[in-house]
Amino acid sequence: MSKINPGDRRIDLDALSFRVVMTAIALAALVLLVAPTVVVIWVSFTSGYSLKFPPPGYSLRWYGELWNAWQLQFAMMNSLKVAAWATGLSILLGVSASLGIARSPTLTAKVLDSLFLSPLVLPALAFGLSSLMFFSMIGVPVSPLTLVIGHTVVSVPFVVRNTVASLAQMNPSLLEASSSLGAGRWYGFRRVTLPLIRPGIMAGGFIAFMASFDNVPVSLFLRDAATDMLPIRMWQDLEGRLDVTVAALSGVLIVATIALMLVMERVAGLSKRLT
Amino acid sequence: MAATLRDVTTYDLKLAAPLAAGFVLFFVTPLAILLALSFQTDPQGGHYGLTQYVAFLGDSFSLGVLGSTLWLGVKVTVLTLLLGYPVAWLHQRSPGWARGLIMLLVLLPLLTSVVVRTFAWVVILGRQGIVNATLAWLGLIDTPLKLLYTEGGVVVALAQVQMPLMVLPIITALSRIDPNLADASSVLGAGHWRTFRKVILPLSLPGIVAGCLLTYAAAITAFITQSLIGGGQMLFMPMYIYQQASTLQNWPFAAAISIVFLVSVLLVVSIFNALGRLSRGYADA
Repeated sequence: MSKINPGDRRIDLDALSFRVVMTAIALAALVLLVAPTVVVIWVSFTSGYSLKFPPPGYSLRWYGELWNAWQLQFAMMNSLKVAAWATGLSILLGVSASLGIARSPTLTAKVLDSLFLSPLVLPALAFGLSSLMFFSMIGVPVSPLTLVIGHTVVSVPFVVRNTVASLAQMNPSLLEASSSLGAGRWYGFRRVTLPLIRPGIMAGGFIAFMASFDNVPVSLFLRDAATDMLPIRMWQDLEGRLDVTVAALSGVLIVATIALMLVMERVAGLSKRLT
Repeated sequence: MAATLRDVTTYDLKLAAPLAAGFVLFFVTPLAILLALSFQTDPQGGHYGLTQYVAFLGDSFSLGVLGSTLWLGVKVTVLTLLLGYPVAWLHQRSPGWARGLIMLLVLLPLLTSVVVRTFAWVVILGRQGIVNATLAWLGLIDTPLKLLYTEGGVVVALAQVQMPLMVLPIITALSRIDPNLADASSVLGAGHWRTFRKVILPLSLPGIVAGCLLTYAAAITAFITQSLIGGGQMLFMPMYIYQQASTLQNWPFAAAISIVFLVSVLLVVSIFNALGRLSRGYADA
């Protein structure tokens, strides 16, 4: 390399400028990514009545207020229940469907795969509105049941995507081996396939749960007046006035999300499945 | 024997039947009804025609809402790409612990509730928010700037909210590039900028296209962020649909705008998919 001495300086400057520019933008972007989370947690500890920044003083009063915020608690219970049902149904139907389509070379399987994933790109609001039209046309009033159905449709793609990916990575010889050793189909599924695809199912189920818990566009149309959902309750609170209780609740949700994320990273390798 | 061995590795396609039936009933049928309703000439029904579409396409206000929504998506996608690409690049060349940290920072916003993320931006951009407080403290401004309820605010907030969707596919694409190619390029005398432009960037195109598709689709449909940061004066398609359907109860018109919006989204998706196929061919060549 010493032979191209004159060029060395230029290359060093070039290398330096490239690394400095890319690293600087990347760090700025990472700050931008984290800043909102940090700011919410910061202002949630304010002792004042507004979301003024910086807070006039610090206290835990708004976290204490959460014990009395029955509207938010009620909405949270509804959201958790609907998300649990939607996730359960998504896993049951989605895993079964993934098994059917993952290794099938037929056109039907390809069409079904695209169909099951299509709610991911379709505007959820248009789907929510169309579901409301459908249920009102067949004379079914909106209820927690219609809510669970709508949420399942928008959650199931996450389960299908992750389960199909795990099945595609599975070595089929393992099933041949288990079969030639005398295992039946059901036994082979339980003892070979399921353990291998379980992390994929868990990662998909986790994302499906979060998607349902966070959904607004479908809930807006498919909930009945008595079923208040947490993201809608928070959204409406924020449209009206900037409530500090919402900041405290956001703090709780952020901490719960980080905890769940770390658990899922450990048991299901979450980040590997998303890249 | 060979045939039976192959059979045990595939499962019956019938296992997909329950979900397929559910999707036909609760997904395809509603969308078909939406389409049918969009051809109704008035909310009471009875007559069918193109009235709603003519009303939409002949109305400069409606076309303006569609145009500003699609344009908003372009701005958000460009900003997200400019900020997100270096993050993916940094992730790729970092040591193990830093990779884990960057991944955590990228995934956290993806999994945090959209309302919570948007709420944070209300706090940051508000009159008494962190940006105005900092500028006033530095003595740069006397009166608070209006940041909330501006399009710039919506673009920045959406870029943050959707950035993970851009970063993750680019990380995947970058990890598939053979590191020897960059070495070869520099041995042959190309500098870092040139290697980046001529080797790394073209090879990561599939990730860029996938990221842009996801970001764009998410940005134009991001109902909550658009309405909370944009406020009442800025109207984008999702809110327009919601107003027509819920407040005004004008279902045929709401259905027609939904179809127009759906078709626009699908059009953009297929353009990106075509670009994706082209770029994959390029990256594999």
